[in-house]
Amino acid sequence: MGMTMVEKIIAAHTDEDRVRPGQIVNARVDIVLGNDVTTPVAVKEFNKIGVNRVFDRERVVIVPDHFTPNKDISSAEQALLVRKFAREQEITNYFEVGEMGIEHCLLPEKGLALPGEIIVGADSHTCTYGALGAFATGVGSTDMAAAMATGQLWFRVPPTIKFIYSGRLNPWVSGKDLILYTIGDIGVDGALYRAMEFSGEAISNLSMDGRMTMSNMAIEAGGKCGLIACDEKTREYLKDRAVREYTAYESDPDAEYEKIIEYDVSEIEPQVAFPHLPENTRPVSQASHVKIDQAVIGSCTNGRIEDLRIAAEVLKNNHVHPDVRCLVFPGTQAIYKQAIKEGLIDIFIDAGVAVSTPTCGPCLGGHMGILAKGERAISTTNRNFVGRMGHPESEVYLASPAVAAASAIKGYITHPEEVVR
Amino acid sequence: MRFKGKVFKYGDNVDTDVIIPARYLNSSDPEELATHCMEDLDSSFTERVEKGDIIVAGKNFGSGSSREHAPLAIKTAGISCVIAESFARIFYRNAINIGLPILISKEAAVNIEEGTCLEVDLEQGTIKDLDHNQTYTAEPFPEFMQEIIKAGGLIEKIKGEVGR
Repeated sequence: MGMTMVEKIIAAHTDEDRVRPGQIVNARVDIVLGNDVTTPVAVKEFNKIGVNRVFDRERVVIVPDHFTPNKDISSAEQALLVRKFAREQEITNYFEVGEMGIEHCLLPEKGLALPGEIIVGADSHTCTYGALGAFATGVGSTDMAAAMATGQLWFRVPPTIKFIYSGRLNPWVSGKDLILYTIGDIGVDGALYRAMEFSGEAISNLSMDGRMTMSNMAIEAGGKCGLIACDEKTREYLKDRAVREYTAYESDPDAEYEKIIEYDVSEIEPQVAFPHLPENTRPVSQASHVKIDQAVIGSCTNGRIEDLRIAAEVLKNNHVHPDVRCLVFPGTQAIYKQAIKEGLIDIFIDAGVAVSTPTCGPCLGGHMGILAKGERAISTTNRNFVGRMGHPESEVYLASPAVAAASAIKGYITHPEEVVR
Repeated sequence: MRFKGKVFKYGDNVDTDVIIPARYLNSSDPEELATHCMEDLDSSFTERVEKGDIIVAGKNFGSGSSREHAPLAIKTAGISCVIAESFARIFYRNAINIGLPILISKEAAVNIEEGTCLEVDLEQGTIKDLDHNQTYTAEPFPEFMQEIIKAGGLIEKIKGEVGR
């Protein structure tokens, strides 16, 4: 019997030749990640352990991205605590405001997340790096502290669900729509404790940006990780970025899967997840005429250059509806700069969009676009829980950048083809 | 460890955003976080909760964000134990790592009602409904996790190992 990708990666980080689902192992980790919300708690726990230094200052990555540039005095104090820790520990990969981006856009861009690695992050969307063939998973602050101190962490080896996406994508259908469709199908706990493995023709054809969007939302199905095997596209993406050599792993043909789920993507249209769960998905054709007050384009899910290009394509020569605030958050400084170079920022500003420096911002109801009671947003982010973007009685509808941009123009949830013909 | 307390009953998919909304995450002080615990789901929770009380919920408790502030807020608010049909995996890890007792029992999660008085024996994994004289048995934890629980959390366990 062969092994799945996640089993191989975990085994390679232990002294065992093979591991089995359900087995609990202590594994070496390659990268430990934290942000300005989770690192303060981790620092407190780290200081209790009794070691002076982190296990490897080049393998701890800290990105203050949630409430930065600091939204208030308390968040400034949290960020200060994190900054001091990074300085004391001489953390190589601490990214200050001005250098930083949204963590899960930044790490791949900097070549810090590589195939075959184990990456743990005190942020649930750490699973994004599964798109690069890494076993990447979200953990808590105590886990982050333990991993910073020892370079190891405990894992329960997950069973794997394999998803095969066959066929060709319809116009305006993206990685976001595929993952929303999948979560709509299996539910928000459909992959609880499981590794999700995305494969098939449609995944091969998907860009790295689109793949990262898919892996990013594995957690919204309860998944431990969302893996995509490393291929030519991955290697090309990493060519001038990878900071270390890497070993890619793929599942054996006779690997044991808990389940195999197949989708024909030619049957999928752009998706919208209704409040208050990402599983409440509908095709956009059945979601139209929901009036919106705000459109958010960005986040670790959809703040990459391809996302901005699609949004700009829809917004070009159009204008945001007078009743809507449209906000764009480029994922990193490099993405922002690229968007300027390509004229995308001009298109946004001419269309009446507010463009921000990279930050998680309104995605988690932090700052920069909080909703009032009764307001509705369409958002390219990842969660539409109660109160996620502001008041507990506000609503978030999740969609792709194309659908969010089209909806911003119309003032209600709209299929992009109604705006761009 | 044994706990006795009254039940706060919730449904499926109680996410970490309602356990502790992100607008309060500009603090990492457990006492401060506890004053906003469950605020967006049950606004009177913090007024009603008493030391030792127990949360009983449905599937996928603690889904969403990795914020350890969520189990910290619950623990600091005085909750002795969370019983659910299932837990989201990061919450599950976090609860074990920080020493917030959790138990998995579908039967208990389905049958136990709001306000009921429970007695929980963590070692035995038994949940006694004192009002209805019913006993439920929770799934046992794997040995490795029991070690973390016995040590009083992951940091205590590692401290022992690093110091050796």
